[in-house]
Amino acid sequence: MSSASEVETAWGADRPESTPGSKKSDPILVVDGIRRTFGGLTAVDVDHLEIQRNKITALIGPNGAGKTTFFNLITGFDAPDAGSWSYNGEPMSSLAPHKVALKGMVRTFQLTKALARLSVIENMKLGAQNQKGENLFRAMMRGWKDEERANEERADALLKRFKMDHMREEFAGGLSGGQRKLLEMARALMTEPDLIMLDEPMAGVNPALTQSLLGHVKELRDEGRTVVFVEHDMDVVRDISDWVVVMAEGKIIAEGTHEEIGKNRQVIDAYLGSHHDEDLTFDDEEE
Amino acid sequence: MDFQSIIVNALQAAVSPEAAIFALAAIGLNIHFGYTGLLNFGQAGFMTMGAYGLAVPVFAFGWPLWTGVIFGILAAVVFALALGAPTLRLRADYLAIVTIAAAEIVRFLVRATSLSDITGGSNGINGFSSDFYDLNPFTESIKFGPFSFLPRTMWAIILGWVLVLLGIGFCYLVVNSPWGRVLKAIREDEDAARALGKNAYSIKMQSLIIGGIFGALAGMMLAISTGSVQPSPQDLGPPKTFFAYAALILGGTARLWGPVVGSIIFIALLQFTDGLIRGAQSAGWIPEWFISGTEVGVMRFILLGVGLMLLMLYRPQGIFGDKREMAFDV
Amino acid sequence: MMIGAVLAISVALLVFLSPTAGAQDDGQSINGTLQYKDDSGERIPVEGVEIVLRDAGGGDLGSVVSGADGTFSLELPGAGDYAASIDVESIPAGVSLRNPDKTELTFNVVDGQSKALAFPMAAGEAGTQEAVSQSAIDSLLRLGMVGIIFGLIIAMCSIGLSLIFGTTGLVNFAHGELVTLGALLTYAFNVGLSWPFLLAAPLAIVLTAGLGGLNDRLLWRPLRARSTGLIAMLVISIGLSILVRYFFLWQFGGRRNPFRQYSLQEPLVELGPISLVPRQVVTIFLSIAVLVAVALVLQRTRFGKAMRAVADNRDLASSSGIDVEQVISYVWISGGALAGLGGILYGLDRGINWDMGFDLLLLIFAAVTLGGLGTAYGALVGSLIIGIMVQVSTYWIPAELKSVSALLVLALILLIRPQGILGQKERIG
Repeated sequence: MSSASEVETAWGADRPESTPGSKKSDPILVVDGIRRTFGGLTAVDVDHLEIQRNKITALIGPNGAGKTTFFNLITGFDAPDAGSWSYNGEPMSSLAPHKVALKGMVRTFQLTKALARLSVIENMKLGAQNQKGENLFRAMMRGWKDEERANEERADALLKRFKMDHMREEFAGGLSGGQRKLLEMARALMTEPDLIMLDEPMAGVNPALTQSLLGHVKELRDEGRTVVFVEHDMDVVRDISDWVVVMAEGKIIAEGTHEEIGKNRQVIDAYLGSHHDEDLTFDDEEE
Repeated sequence: MDFQSIIVNALQAAVSPEAAIFALAAIGLNIHFGYTGLLNFGQAGFMTMGAYGLAVPVFAFGWPLWTGVIFGILAAVVFALALGAPTLRLRADYLAIVTIAAAEIVRFLVRATSLSDITGGSNGINGFSSDFYDLNPFTESIKFGPFSFLPRTMWAIILGWVLVLLGIGFCYLVVNSPWGRVLKAIREDEDAARALGKNAYSIKMQSLIIGGIFGALAGMMLAISTGSVQPSPQDLGPPKTFFAYAALILGGTARLWGPVVGSIIFIALLQFTDGLIRGAQSAGWIPEWFISGTEVGVMRFILLGVGLMLLMLYRPQGIFGDKREMAFDV
Repeated sequence: MMIGAVLAISVALLVFLSPTAGAQDDGQSINGTLQYKDDSGERIPVEGVEIVLRDAGGGDLGSVVSGADGTFSLELPGAGDYAASIDVESIPAGVSLRNPDKTELTFNVVDGQSKALAFPMAAGEAGTQEAVSQSAIDSLLRLGMVGIIFGLIIAMCSIGLSLIFGTTGLVNFAHGELVTLGALLTYAFNVGLSWPFLLAAPLAIVLTAGLGGLNDRLLWRPLRARSTGLIAMLVISIGLSILVRYFFLWQFGGRRNPFRQYSLQEPLVELGPISLVPRQVVTIFLSIAVLVAVALVLQRTRFGKAMRAVADNRDLASSSGIDVEQVISYVWISGGALAGLGGILYGLDRGINWDMGFDLLLLIFAAVTLGGLGTAYGALVGSLIIGIMVQVSTYWIPAELKSVSALLVLALILLIRPQGILGQKERIG
């Protein structure tokens, strides 16, 4: 568990200000004035947000705060009404989702998208980028066998790391919810992303698997990757996040370490105001 | 009732050019629907492209038949691009609606009186296939036991099944490749594929084109084997597409040999029931007021409808399908 | 079992009513008068002009020459599609066709119909600017009116399809058969049993509504209960559509027949170039009344609100106490009634045959997709656009290609506004 002081130490001199939209010393993602409305409802309206490289950032907020929509916008799955954002200094607005992924920004989904009628290993191999064999003409010529073997080795290594190697040949549709979450995360890693965006990675995962999932997320950071994740479970947020960003009604209302956020009056109001059954105590939530 | 001849006829139909035509069309649909999850209900439109692409250059411009093969394939590619561009970014049912409508529109077009100089209007086109039959090595009917094939039919059977085997070989290569893996990923969940950096739109378009080319080959085969192209609903209208779907589902979707096995069984079944009804009629078992001689053809469509429903209701994985795969309903 | 039940009911309805019994087989013919107005406005007949008749395949069926009174008439071999062309060479000097490009008319003749053909003529040589532009506006107005009527008929049929899609997600390929059923049942009562049309039609609508409801109860509800995939349901609806359609062909035969009443009428309203026969006037008022009623039900009643809630979010509607299955049942019943009415109006307009609904289905699909899948008002707007488009386009393109324009509009809309004209952009994730 990372206590508050550990978080402070991890940041060191790079410690950003705990204000919404604060500057980061080395941002991988910078978002400006992004807005998305559905009919009359404003789902996302973020003035400014920076995500620090090589840190784990949690995105929290009550239901309907616009977290998933925000993910969709950033990864090209939805188009904003206004706004721009850049990744590694490169403008990303109106880029198709697959191009976003090819740039090294990969996401997972709230409702897991395991490819049911493909085996676990096929699911994994799909994640490898720029495969020669994905070109129709080369596919016919069979010139992709070496590459396939290399991808398979990498996939097997990841499966082993995620302790899923015994399920290699099973259909993904037959896995449990938690196993699917693991598979989706492992598959995302096959793309070798710099920034990985996890949409509720712990939802529906049984407690036994939660710890190993948390470990894997921390490993991602230790490998030099950046992680942004949406989460409801405050324990998880406290356990692994270096930084917490809070959204409510489409806006960023607070940023800071999990300890600061836990004491933030505005955040507590946002949760209690719109969501009475969910409080900000760091107790285990019911599934 | 002469059961032996009914059965012989059914078995003969199983290897007929008609079965090969359905197999080709269903191979295309297997790529579309079975592997990619694309709902193409306009396979008859692709067949029209192939059939008319083949016949028009001979009929209207007096060019040799082989140029028609090129035109047929090109026409199918253009048709696929035109269908795919507005619909492949949308939900699956849009493609279904647009393809079935576009296929009918194409049939109206080739049937139009104003285009009859090029397409032969509602009379269709005849007498364009002599280049092919001039090469026929068979001069006498071929007999195997109770089976007998006319020289022309035999020649068409060889062409048809060679095309089917080549098609299966092609499918084997591409479906078991990373390309094929992306197809299946798109079928399972398009957004997941896109999130992993796959250009789903482009791959779906490729799938639509490839499957459409198989449709065009089926159309060419239809034109060659019957020696004519007719813009009638039975030949190139929606029922043709639905027959091909029924054959595919019967044999099993997303299985390499599914469309071929399905077509063979399906055609044999149709021929068998036709024979059975006709036999029962001539034996006086079915009164004329109930099913008249001209209504036997209608019965096969009613059976198609019932068959399609029962298959989807009770065996969506096909008669040989693996129930395990269908358990993960998407 | 469920298929069996649907089948049994249909058999009972159709076999025992034996609709083909009363089919009329009187001679069919074409007739018309060639004339023009001179400067004083007097009608002058044009004599000696040859009109050539062909069948749909282009085969020559003979010709006729207009008499001293400008009239011509010719017997036809049977009901079907024909083309009549005027031999421009035979038109006397000083007279010309008002629209010189319109030398051929393609048309459909139903059993026993005497089809009136018009080749509008004018004094002067062909192609005088004024004459052409005058007639252009006239023809476009006339075609526009026909298009509005056609669009209203499509709307009747497409609202049901769209509402069923909206509430259940099913793209129902068998919807066209409900349209045909309405017309066929009316025909069976009106011609087979010689009941008055005004009794036959409402009864047919009630029966179609009932069969729509049964269809849901016996087939679709059990399928929803075992959570069958939408694509599987779509294929099943195709199977049902083929089954029922060819069942109609088996029982009804392949001919196109008119109702016993109201098939030949004199114009009731004449507004400039537009003339409407009574059944067209009734069609317009009746469909507008029905569409307004549908709108009121959707907006004002509890059922309408419940239905919109189900369409919006099924689970939410269910958890807030709406009986989702009951709402869907009502949607099917009203969709069936609307489709039946649409079929009857369509049949009044151009005769009844076994696959009229399937023919219309493609335009219905185009209309609902154009307007936005699942929205009732979208279906209405889309239908009117498609109806008008299809008819008006015949001014420039041959009538046999009129559906092409509908598809082109559809493709264009999907490219620039994929969710349809009134559809809402979908929320992802």
